[in-house]
Amino acid sequence: MNWMETFRSGTEAIRAHRMRSLLTMLGIVIGIASVILTVGFGQGAQNKVKDEIDALGSNLLIVSPGSSTDDGGFRGGFGSATTLTLEDAAAIADDAAVPDVRRVAPTSSSSASLTVGETNWTTQVVGTTPAWLDVRARELAAGRFFTADEVASGADVVVLGPDTAGELFSFGSPVGQTVTVSGQQLTVIGVLGSSGASDDGGSEDDQALVPISTGKSLSGGTTGSVSTIYVEAASTEVLSAAYQEIEGLLATRHGVTTDDADFSIASQESLVETANSTNKTLTVLLTGIAAISLLVGGVGVMNIMLVSVTERIREIGLRKALGATPTVIGRQFLVEAALLGLAGGVIGILLGVVGALVLPTLIDQPVTISLLATAAALLTSLALGIGFGVYPAGRAARLTPIDALRSE
Amino acid sequence: MSTPIITLDGIRKTYRTGSLEFEALCGIDASIDEHEYVAVVGPSGSGKSTLMNIVGCLDNPTEGTYELAGEDVSTMSEAQLAEVRNRRIGFVFQQFNLLPSLCAWRNVELPLVYAGLPRHERRERAIGALERVGLGDRTEHRPGELSGGQQQRVAVARALVTEPALILADEPTGNLDSRSTADVLDLLDELHGTGRTIVVITHEPDVAARAGRNLVFRDGQIVSDTSSARAVAAR
Ligand SMILES: Nc1ncnc2c1ncn2[C@@H]1O[C@H](COP(=O)(O)OP(=O)(O)OP(=O)(O)O)[C@@H](O)[C@H]1O
Ligand SMILES: [Mg+2]
Repeated sequence: MNWMETFRSGTEAIRAHRMRSLLTMLGIVIGIASVILTVGFGQGAQNKVKDEIDALGSNLLIVSPGSSTDDGGFRGGFGSATTLTLEDAAAIADDAAVPDVRRVAPTSSSSASLTVGETNWTTQVVGTTPAWLDVRARELAAGRFFTADEVASGADVVVLGPDTAGELFSFGSPVGQTVTVSGQQLTVIGVLGSSGASDDGGSEDDQALVPISTGKSLSGGTTGSVSTIYVEAASTEVLSAAYQEIEGLLATRHGVTTDDADFSIASQESLVETANSTNKTLTVLLTGIAAISLLVGGVGVMNIMLVSVTERIREIGLRKALGATPTVIGRQFLVEAALLGLAGGVIGILLGVVGALVLPTLIDQPVTISLLATAAALLTSLALGIGFGVYPAGRAARLTPIDALRSE
Repeated sequence: MSTPIITLDGIRKTYRTGSLEFEALCGIDASIDEHEYVAVVGPSGSGKSTLMNIVGCLDNPTEGTYELAGEDVSTMSEAQLAEVRNRRIGFVFQQFNLLPSLCAWRNVELPLVYAGLPRHERRERAIGALERVGLGDRTEHRPGELSGGQQQRVAVARALVTEPALILADEPTGNLDSRSTADVLDLLDELHGTGRTIVVITHEPDVAARAGRNLVFRDGQIVSDTSSARAVAAR
C-alpha cells in the first residue's frame, strides 16, 4: 500500500467520521487561534510603544529633574523634583560649552482648564520656547508658533494641539479666537498638526503650548524651574557625545558628581528599553495563557484520537486479517492524524489572522502576528495528534488479529 | 493422492482468564488435503472457532506446530503472517465484518489494496467478484443498505477476490435465513468446484452434508473424522 493510497484512505476515514473529525480539529483550531491572538496582543502592545517612542525623533535627549537611579526618593521621584532651571537650559544651548547640541526647548507644564464660551476642556498647558516646534519635529496645521520676543514679553498667546482645538472649537478656525486659562485671556495664534503616532496621538495631540514666561504666570509660579528640557543633538551620530557633554555641564552647574546626579537624561533608545522591560511581563503572561489554551486544545485532540482508535480496533483487526501489516496500519493512522492536525492548523491560522485583522478595529489595540508562535503552535498540535493517534493505533496493530477483531 | 495444505500436530490452546486456565484445544492432530471440503461440527464451546482462528493465522497456538502448504507458520514474523493471510486465505465470518463506511466494491477490494494492486485493476476484480456472487447491481451500496444475505455474499466476494487456495468460513450462515443460506452454500460449492480447499464451521446438518468430510469436535478434541461417499467419489 503506497503513500498515495494511504493518503486517500486517510481523507476517506476523516470524511466517514465527520463529527469526530470536526471535534478533533476544533481543539487544534481553538488552540492555534488563541496562540496567534494572545501572542499577537503582547507583540502589538510592544510595537505600539516602540512606535510612539520612535515618533519622538532619533536624535532627541530628554533631561528630567531627579535621578532615575535614585530609588530612595528623598530627592523626590522621577520628574517631580524641581532641580532644573531655565539657566540650565540656557547653558545647554551654549554652543561653546556643548557643541553637539543643535536646539534646546525647556518646558514647564501643568494641568489647567481651558474655557471658550460655555466649553470647558482640561489639558496640559506646556510653557516652552520657539525651539520646541523643531526639537519635537512638529508641524503647524494653521497659524504660527510664538516668537522669542513673545517669550521675552510673556505675551498672552497660545498654540493648541489638534485634538484640543477640536474639543474647544467645533466650528471655524480657532486662530484669532480667545481662550480663557486661569482667568487670563489668551489669543490662539496657531494649531499643531497631528503628531502622526500610530494611535490617535494621545497626549501629543492634546496640549496647549504657551510661552514659558506666560506659563509661569498662569500657574502662579515665580521660580525659574522647568519640568523637562528637550534637547536636539546635531545628528544621531553625536547623540552620545551630546549626552556626555550635557551630563558633565549639569553636574558641574549643580555641584554633584555624575554618579550622584540630581537629574537624568533619557534617549529614545533608553526609553524603548524601559518600555520593553515593562512589556516583557505582559508578553510572558500572555504567552502563558496561550500555552495553556494550546495544552487544553492538545488534551482534546489527544482524547478524541484515543477514543477514535479504541473505537476502531475491530477495523484494525479486520484489516490485519485481510493482510495489512502493522507498518501499514501505523502509517494509515499517522497520515490520518497528520491530515486532521494540518486541516485544523490551517483553519486555526486563518481564524487567528482574521481575528488579528478584525479585533484592532473593535478594541483599539494592535495585534501583530508572530510567525514563530504560529509555527510552534501548529507543530505542537500536530505532534499531540500524531502522538496520541499513532501510539494506540500501533499498539492495536501489534495485537493478534483475533484479539483486535473480538474487542468491543 | 493430493498433498496436504493444512497439517496440525499436537495443537493446544490454553486461555488464561485471571488465575483461571482453560484448555480450549487439547492436542489436535489433523491434516487437510488440497481441494477438500471439510465441515467442522460439534457443540458450542467445543473449540471449533479457536481452531479456525489458528488455521487462519489470526491467533497463535499455545503448543504444537501448524504447517500451511508445507511452511511452518509459528516461525513467521507478523509481516510474513499478514502476507500469508492476504495471499493464501479467504475469510468469511459469522458477523460479516464489513467496514460500514465503504461501499460494496470498496470492501471487496481491501485484500487487493494490501496486495499492492493498482486501483483500476482492483476495481475491475472487485466488481468481477461481486458479479460472481450475484451482486453486480449492488457494487455502490454500503453494508447498511444491503440485507444480511447480501452482506454475507459481499463477504464471500471479498474472500474469493484474491483467488486464495484456502477458504475459511466460521458459521457463515449462522445469521441467515434458509434462502440466503442456500445462496451462500451454493457459492461455497462453486468455489470448491474451481479447486479451492474449503473449511466451514457449522451447526446445521444440511451444511455439513454438503461437505465431503466432517470433523466432529467435543471438549477441545476431535472425536470423529468421517468422509462421506460423495467425498470419496470426488477423489
Ligand atoms: N479469548 C478467550 N478467552 C478465554 N476463553 C476463551 C476465549 N475464546 C474462547 N474461549 C473459550 O474457549 C472455549 C472454546 O471456544 P470456541 O469459540 O472455540 O467455541 P466454539 O466451538 O466455536 O463454540 P460456538 O459453536 O458456540 O461458536 C469456550 O469455552 C470459550 O469460553
Ligand atoms: Mg464459534
